[in-house]
Order: sequence, then structure tokens, then C-alpha cells
Amino acid sequence: MTKAFKHIQAAHCENGVTVSLLNTVGVERITEPLAFGIGSGLFFTYIPLLKVNNGPAFAFRTMPGLIFKRTCRALDIRIRRRRFRDKSEAKQFLDRCLDAGHAVGCQVGVYYLPYFPKEYRFHFNAHNLIVFGRSGDRYLVSDPIMEEPTSLSEYELERVRFARGVLSPRGQLYYPEPGKPVSDEMIRTGIRHGIRRNIRDMLHIPGPVAGVSGIRYTARRIRKWRETLGPGKAGLYLAQLVRMQEEIGTGGGGFRYIYAAFLQEAHAWWPDDLLLTTSASFTRAGDLWRDAAVHAAGIYKGRLGAQSDFDRMGDYLLEIAGLEKDCFLALSKINWTV
Amino acid sequence: MKKEEVPHDPGSLGKVTREVCYATDEEGKYTTALSEGWDVKAGALDVAWEDIAARIAAAREKVRRGEASPLLFYMESKLMDIGVLAGYTGFWKWQVRRHLRPAVFAKLSDRRLRRYAGVFEVGVDELVHPNIHDKGI
Repeated sequence: MTKAFKHIQAAHCENGVTVSLLNTVGVERITEPLAFGIGSGLFFTYIPLLKVNNGPAFAFRTMPGLIFKRTCRALDIRIRRRRFRDKSEAKQFLDRCLDAGHAVGCQVGVYYLPYFPKEYRFHFNAHNLIVFGRSGDRYLVSDPIMEEPTSLSEYELERVRFARGVLSPRGQLYYPEPGKPVSDEMIRTGIRHGIRRNIRDMLHIPGPVAGVSGIRYTARRIRKWRETLGPGKAGLYLAQLVRMQEEIGTGGGGFRYIYAAFLQEAHAWWPDDLLLTTSASFTRAGDLWRDAAVHAAGIYKGRLGAQSDFDRMGDYLLEIAGLEKDCFLALSKINWTV
Repeated sequence: MKKEEVPHDPGSLGKVTREVCYATDEEGKYTTALSEGWDVKAGALDVAWEDIAARIAAAREKVRRGEASPLLFYMESKLMDIGVLAGYTGFWKWQVRRHLRPAVFAKLSDRRLRRYAGVFEVGVDELVHPNIHDKGI
């Protein structure tokens, strides 16, 4: 089993796990951008009432677990997924999977993950990794964030699988079941559905907090932060925004680059040049997110701090919102009948 | 982002692994590049840790003045909030909230104290008498 498993490093943990696990059931044509696009991974939301690590909660991607679920569904692959109440049961089930030759994806918390640098260990429970075998008393682990495979002791693995707090994994593990071979048509349909679902998520969710309107809403809030929170806390909030946007697992630019890469790859399956031009627009959106991050850094590092600087930050986000809206409107004009 | 614009500012993650970035090559085609980190993000992470340090210092001060039980200090040191601590100890959130009051904490049974001590990875003695005069941790 060990020899058959190939470690893949990815920008985002769930994409990486999806690609690797699909590999284990013989589906080798799904790349990270394809998984991200078919799973309609691009998103934005700001939930002002929810606090993460004492800061505001932003997300630049869909709910954890959805990318894997949607991609597998598009390819007509069944997923086995289990959570456990009992730790020893969770271990036995994992062992049985490994004995049967399944590599399994596990949802884990990163706070007790020993190979992560200390600076990155927060109580964040939506990380994904693959356990693909055992060697002595250690479990062999393929973490898509890492360049190389690594390993965890039984205790360490149990601890991260049963991390507590928001989104606690409760030992969750999942793997795809081998099924029918994946046809070109499935991938084409998956891409089409993925893009259309993403248009819906970004443009048509009612309310101000999700999708493009969520970016606008954030822009408006940021302008008020200096007034309402004071410069110190406002800087902290901006730092949180940048961390959610650029931290490991986003591929940079809050996933926009991965989506641009997806549209380029999609062009090979649906030769409509609109995909290429929109891809270029998403690259610009990613660049703008990064420019905004540089500007935000000026604020939280104390170089900038006037109200006009916060207004400027809001302007960046408004520009991004406009650009991404145009992108998805362009995508909704694609003629899928060719 | 163009491939040659992928940042290489060594940060804390760079010591352990490099991360995959998506960037375009000369012809505008997407490819991946490995980044060692970016100053802007490192700065954001620093800000987060400064905030944590400030919270721990504030908690230490509160415990010293007798306004909160030592649990507050350990909870902040482990970056936990009441929900996470309740999850790990198996207490309800309202119980944890009560235990943060010094008067209630003083009457906790040995068994309950051991539960907290186990989660915080300290002895019961250390839990009850935290070394809060030291600037460490």
C-alpha cells in the first residue's frame, strides 16, 4: 500500500486531499485547480457576529468538506465518511481501512499537530490530511501542505482527530470507493456545473454577507473600523483578514489564482475563449487582493493609520467586488451548448 | 501574479516547508511555484501573536489581583476560549464560566482540578498556584 501511494503537495489542503484520494481509486486526471473549480471552491463571506481567535470571521472559500463532496459527486464516485464518538473505535476503523488498502482522508485540528511550526498552531479544526499506511507504531501521513510525507504516533494522531472547539472533527475520516472509470463527459459536465454553482454562490445568495455583496459589505465595515474599534483593534482585524486571505492553503490572493488556473484548464475541455479572458480577470482580482494586503500591512504595522487609509482599504475591496462581479457575469454568458 | 513575483521572504513556515503558489509564466499560462513566505503575511501573523501575548499578560494581571481564577491564565496561554476549554475538559460552557471565578475555583474538587490540569498539561499544584510572577510562557 505504501508504495502505491503518491504524496502530492497542494496549495490548499482539501484540494490536495481530494486529488490524492481520487488518485488512489484510479482517477488521475483531476488536478488541484480542476478539483477546486468542479467543487465550486471560490467564495467570500464575512460573518460579523462570529469570532475566530478573537477576531472577525472571514472565509475565502466554501465550507470545509464541500470541495471533496462536490467533486466526487460530479465524477459519480461514492464517498464513505464516518465520525466517531469513541476514540478506540475510531482507531480500529482507521486500522481496518489501512489493512484493506484504503488511504483515508482525516479532518484534524492543527493545534496539536507536531510537525506544524508553533506560530501556526491555533485551534483551527478544518485541516485535512491523508493517512496512507503504518510503519511500526507510527502512522504515515501525507499532508498536502508539506513538501514531503510525514508521520504521527498513535497518540498524536488521536489527539488531532479528536480536537475540540468549533468544527470539531470527531475523528472524521473519509475515502472514495472505487467505481466506474471517469469519462470525459463527466469532467466536462462537472466543470459546467461547478462554474454555474459558483456563479450562484458569488452573485445570487440573498443577504449582504455572502459572495460579491459580502466583499462590498466588508468594505463598508472596514471604513468604520477605525471609528468603532480604535486603531489598535482595527489593525488586528485587518491582520486577521490578511491571514485568512494569504495564509497557507490559499495559493495566494485568497484562492483567486487557483480559480484563474482552473478556468485556464477548463478551456481545454470547453473551448470557449471567454474562459481565458475571465481567467485573466481573476488573475487581476488576485493581484488586487494582494495589493490590498500590502496596504493593510501598512496599517497593522503602524506605517499608516489615518481614516483616509481605511477608506482606501475599503476602496480596494469595492474595486475587487466590482471586478469579481463582472467576472461571474461574464461566466454566466458562456454558451454551454458547443 | 507572475511567477517571478512569487515572494521569497523567509518566515516561520519556511523553516518547515515551502508552500505552493499559483502564478503565471511568460506566456500567461498558470503553473505552480514554491514560496518561502511573504513579509505581509508574516507581519499579520506577528500582529496575531502580539495580541495573544497581550491577552496572556492581561489574564496574568487579573489572576494576580484575584479577579479571575488561574484557569483564565492557562486558558489564554493555550490560546483557548471557553468553548474550546469546555470541549477538551468535558464540562459545560456555563460550568467553565463559573470556574473562572476565584471563589468557585477555590472549592473545586480534586477530581475536577485534575481534569483541568490534564488539559493544560500541568500538575494540580501548578494549576492552583500558577507561576504568574514569572514573565515566562
